[in-house]
Amino acid sequence: MTYNKQRTATNDSMIAVKVHNIKKTFKTEKSIVTALEDISFEVNRGEVFGLIGPDGAGKTTLFRILTTLMIADAGDAWVDGFEVVNKYKEIRKRVGYMPGRFSLYQDLTVEENLAFFATLFNTTLEENYDLIKTIYQQIEPFKKRRAGALSGGMKQKLALSCALIHRPSVLFLDEPTTGVDAVSRKEFWELLRQLQIHGITIIVSTPYMDEASLCDRVALMQEGRIMQINSPRGITESFKKPLWSVRSGNMYQLMLDILALDAIDTCYPFGQYHHVVFKDETYSLENAKQILSTISSDLEVKQIPATIEDCFMELMRK
Amino acid sequence: MKQFLFFIQKEFYHLFRDKRTLFILFGMPVIQIVIFGFALTNEVKNSRIAILDNSKDETTASIIQELNASRYFDVIENLNSSSELEPIFQEGKVKLAVVFPPQFQNTLLHANTAQIQLIADATDPNVANTLTNYATAIIMDYQSKIKGNQNFPYTINTEMRFLYNPQMKGSYNFVPGVMAMVLMLVCAMMTSISIVKEKELGTMEVILVSPIVPLRVVVAKMIPYLLLSMVNIGSILLLSVYVLDVPIRGSIVLLVFECFVFTLTALALGLFISSVSDSQQTAMLISLMGMFLPTIMFSGFMFPVENMPIPLQVISNLVPAKWFYYIVKEVMIKGLGFINVWKETAILTAMTIFLMAISIKKFKTRLE
Repeated sequence: MTYNKQRTATNDSMIAVKVHNIKKTFKTEKSIVTALEDISFEVNRGEVFGLIGPDGAGKTTLFRILTTLMIADAGDAWVDGFEVVNKYKEIRKRVGYMPGRFSLYQDLTVEENLAFFATLFNTTLEENYDLIKTIYQQIEPFKKRRAGALSGGMKQKLALSCALIHRPSVLFLDEPTTGVDAVSRKEFWELLRQLQIHGITIIVSTPYMDEASLCDRVALMQEGRIMQINSPRGITESFKKPLWSVRSGNMYQLMLDILALDAIDTCYPFGQYHHVVFKDETYSLENAKQILSTISSDLEVKQIPATIEDCFMELMRK
Repeated sequence: MKQFLFFIQKEFYHLFRDKRTLFILFGMPVIQIVIFGFALTNEVKNSRIAILDNSKDETTASIIQELNASRYFDVIENLNSSSELEPIFQEGKVKLAVVFPPQFQNTLLHANTAQIQLIADATDPNVANTLTNYATAIIMDYQSKIKGNQNFPYTINTEMRFLYNPQMKGSYNFVPGVMAMVLMLVCAMMTSISIVKEKELGTMEVILVSPIVPLRVVVAKMIPYLLLSMVNIGSILLLSVYVLDVPIRGSIVLLVFECFVFTLTALALGLFISSVSDSQQTAMLISLMGMFLPTIMFSGFMFPVENMPIPLQVISNLVPAKWFYYIVKEVMIKGLGFINVWKETAILTAMTIFLMAISIKKFKTRLE
């Protein structure tokens, strides 16, 4: 293990974050809850790495271990070449962290919040202005406004500016887009992509599956385990079976009827459609329509490519 | 240093933008002084009394006149029979009744002794006690007057002198008490709440993941409350000198220094409370139950500590306010110097260092 630590700390300059067999449990009054069960992965420098999973998957716990706020029960982790337990002071100089909750001072203005976080890191707004310029320009018109009076999207941009103010080498964003409207979410991701130009490694968690495709690589997490790590395309391509989307007037009844059929492998609601997988993977559109026509003649049926969410549902069933 | 100054500035922003809290912090000492000074007083004035005069002679008339003339009593009822006594007490009309037996003057002149009965409503024992004492004093006074120039051998006269507070004013007692209370509230409670607030809002999480020693941010939080407390001390002292006529007999410099020492103790307490609580409610409850109540109960300001059972007296030694209250009384009311309070000052300093040390030791560099 000592050898391993040395090697990681000195040689793997292309690895920004390395996690090795991390375990974490929490004791509650009645039981022991396992938050992370043997997690291992590596994140390359300059990568946008997504942790995708529902609430309670262990994303926040993993972030807290990597940002040195918690100590894992077992396993090792390195951030920017520094071990997270012993070298925590080094890591705290180098990383940017944006917690899930809005962690800025509501009663301070935009300007004052930025100044506070700059002071915290012994820097100034001007020093790294080029880095946060694109983000800051969007909130600059409101710089005299108190942070508590900003809209959700603006708050996130301010929090991002604060997390970036000291030019971190690794940026941890814990569910930055939760509770933010669709337009602001899209803008936020565009800003993240722009940060790659500056060589910042970004680890971002999100419960929204549709955001996974915006990452370079994603880890799909569920109940403290990583189910799969791959590029978004790699994940969707690993979905081998044909996938069908079906729609009718009465979606609830349709779900019950489809699940009653013998030929069905799985069926789950997906937006305005139901996604269906048949047991027989060789079915053509004609086969699918024919089988489903036993339920109703008035059905909209099409074959579709799998999304990350379909893969997630598939992985969860296993 | 520049960094530290900025943190202090940030705390002032927090403080001044929360107008309601700020108003309470500045208004509280003024309101407390006014309430204690004019409303919550245990001095007895113009108490309503009843007279049952079965004798109706010259002597009883003069005694009644004396009673009525004093500022303590108002004679509101003259009863005709002892059967009227019970109802008048039950209705709560009077707190005290003075009963003269028949033939009062004759008995006095011929037997050289006569008795007056004082009947008091003892549902509030303290008031009953005070009233009977006042009445007795007035009657004794009258007695020595009628003795006049007659020479009785072997009389023992007691002459009382009330040192430091000849008028027996309650304000001499509560001004130091209010000072202790206000400092406890402003420093211990407000600091602990404002530190815990950072934990609750999640800003502490971000502060921890930064190169700064988090304790610096926390210490910066104390400075505004320290200044605020000194302002409050000023307003309390001004009010007590100019409104309540409580003099500052000792050195003002020493008094302010002692206030400063106690403020530091209270701040250390606040820091300690914040290190053991996770929410603002917990911090507030601990401050109120654990600090504020003991300040009222064990400092000697409301209830004399000397009369408490030994275990409680021992506990009272752990209450910082007890020592501060003693110091302020010695310096402000008695006018004593540092020589007389150095022990108490040392105790407060030791408490401060102890509390600071365990708070710093307990201060977490991580979330758990």
